[in-house]
Amino acid sequence: MTAAQAAKSTEAPMIQLKKLNKWYGEFHVLKDIDFECRRGQKIVVCGPSGSGKSTMIRCINRLEEHQKGDLIVDGIELTNDLKNIEAIRREVGMVFQHFNLFPHLTVLENLTLAPIWVRKVPKKEAEETAMFFLNRVRIPEQANKYPGQLSGGQQQRVAIARSLCMKPKIMLFDEPTSALDPEMVKEVLDTMVSLAREGMTMICVTHEMGFAKAVADKVVFMDKGEIVEANEPEAFFSNPQNERTKLFLSQILNH
Amino acid sequence: MANGHSTAIGGPSSGGLMDSKAAQWVRANFFSSWWNTALSLVLLYIVGKTLIWFLGWGVFNAVWYGPAADCRAAKGIGACWAVFPEKWRFILFATYPYDEQWRPALSCVIFFALYVYSALRVNWNGRLPLVWIVGLLAIAFLMWGGTFGLSFVPQERWGGLVLTLILSTFGIALAFPLAILLALGRRSHMPAIKTLCVVYIELIRGVPLISLLFMASVMFPLFLPEGITIDKLLRAQIAIIGFAGAYLAEVVRGGLQALPKGQYEAADALGLSYWQATRMIILPQALRMVIPPMVNTFIGLFKDTSLVLIIGLLDILNAAKTAVSDPAWRGFGPDVYFGVSLIYFVFCFAMSKYSQQVEHELNRDRHR
Repeated sequence: MTAAQAAKSTEAPMIQLKKLNKWYGEFHVLKDIDFECRRGQKIVVCGPSGSGKSTMIRCINRLEEHQKGDLIVDGIELTNDLKNIEAIRREVGMVFQHFNLFPHLTVLENLTLAPIWVRKVPKKEAEETAMFFLNRVRIPEQANKYPGQLSGGQQQRVAIARSLCMKPKIMLFDEPTSALDPEMVKEVLDTMVSLAREGMTMICVTHEMGFAKAVADKVVFMDKGEIVEANEPEAFFSNPQNERTKLFLSQILNH
Repeated sequence: MANGHSTAIGGPSSGGLMDSKAAQWVRANFFSSWWNTALSLVLLYIVGKTLIWFLGWGVFNAVWYGPAADCRAAKGIGACWAVFPEKWRFILFATYPYDEQWRPALSCVIFFALYVYSALRVNWNGRLPLVWIVGLLAIAFLMWGGTFGLSFVPQERWGGLVLTLILSTFGIALAFPLAILLALGRRSHMPAIKTLCVVYIELIRGVPLISLLFMASVMFPLFLPEGITIDKLLRAQIAIIGFAGAYLAEVVRGGLQALPKGQYEAADALGLSYWQATRMIILPQALRMVIPPMVNTFIGLFKDTSLVLIIGLLDILNAAKTAVSDPAWRGFGPDVYFGVSLIYFVFCFAMSKYSQQVEHELNRDRHR
């Protein structure tokens, strides 16, 4: 990449959704979504269940297909072109609610598989990278175990490390702590906070408002397939504008 | 009945025979109530009677060796195992030239060696296909001959055990990849491929294997251009592969569908291509889930190879049937079938036991 190109890509948003629409049959899940995420930004997306927030971030790496509107990721327009889809997926890491580790592979194999086969990294180098990131999520000693032998929190940290091994430019988190026992939520959030501090571009669907307050540059509230309100965390929590936002915040913050 | 061997375990204070552990176990499991006691006794009677009859027929009154006349004298009282020393060469090798029968025998040994070699997991590496190619070439060379001083033996004269092994080995080895492709195709998003696979599976699965064999042997040659002939064995082999493939495809599809959606999504999200994801993430998990029904189909296929008798191929069962059509031995069909059944059983039981072991080993990551 030349310097001119690099400069250009820092100007343009990393992710751009323009009038994005999606239907499940008759059901209109995403309605005219306009959304932007710049390099280094950390955006938290929240909203009641069924509001379309997961669907929205799953459109970004084409786990869901949108029917109308434009979606541009890192300068690549997402269309039905398989080449573009694969190119985008290489640059976008995703962490799932249910971890989705590969149970038949060891932790180390989970981490090295995609770098070796997708990025064509030599095995030895991939393993070094994997160990580096396992150290970062503080479970290097589990490298040769199978996912089924780890706790939920450990599995989610492995899943984060697995995404990081691909050296993604953007990380998507789809309710990463929702399936965890309460005592394990913190270890995963800590990992995400330190990732945010290092400057990773992150879009995070979560109900962890503490996390939003600590690291988010912007909080987006969605309801019924629409973006209702988007603001900086401080303003968002202290002075919500929309009635639906107020209701939602009162429901999740008051206990 | 447990009293005979229960003395050794009696506790120091008990003294009585009925207090030993074995006796307690028997009492708890067979004689815990009047109803259970009655049931146990009736079953014991039936099992005992059957066993005594079987031992009498199959062992004590059986004719193990001798001319057909001895068997005829013992008919109805004892089994006629004497037919095996007399006919075993025909049953195992059928019409293969008598003096050359060491060749199919050696071929069978090579097949066994290949099975054992492949069964050991340390050998599951890049060398395995190579070993198979060399083994199969050796078998082809032995069976056909025609070079290096071996006389040429046309395929029409092959028969017996080696034919059964050829049909089932190639049947399983080729139906398996066919089934995987069909199952993947049936789940494809491409309408043409999907339709093709659905039509194939439903069509082939919906007709009896016998009719497929008939079609392969009688009708198929009619469609070939003049001058081209494919021999009967190959046609039967293709019919068996195609049939087993259709069955197996649905088994494999079951595994593909049982896999959580998250596995597909995680593979996609990491940027793996369809074939990479299928090969490294999807199939390894889907296939191990369906080992029991898969082996079920394999065992079925192994026994179904005997249906080639209707197009006149002499597999081991048909060879046995032909052996007892010799007037001298006519009427000893059941005895011969019993013996051949044992051979089938040994193979099927080995497959079953082996699959259980593989299943256990492959699922090790599920054990905490």
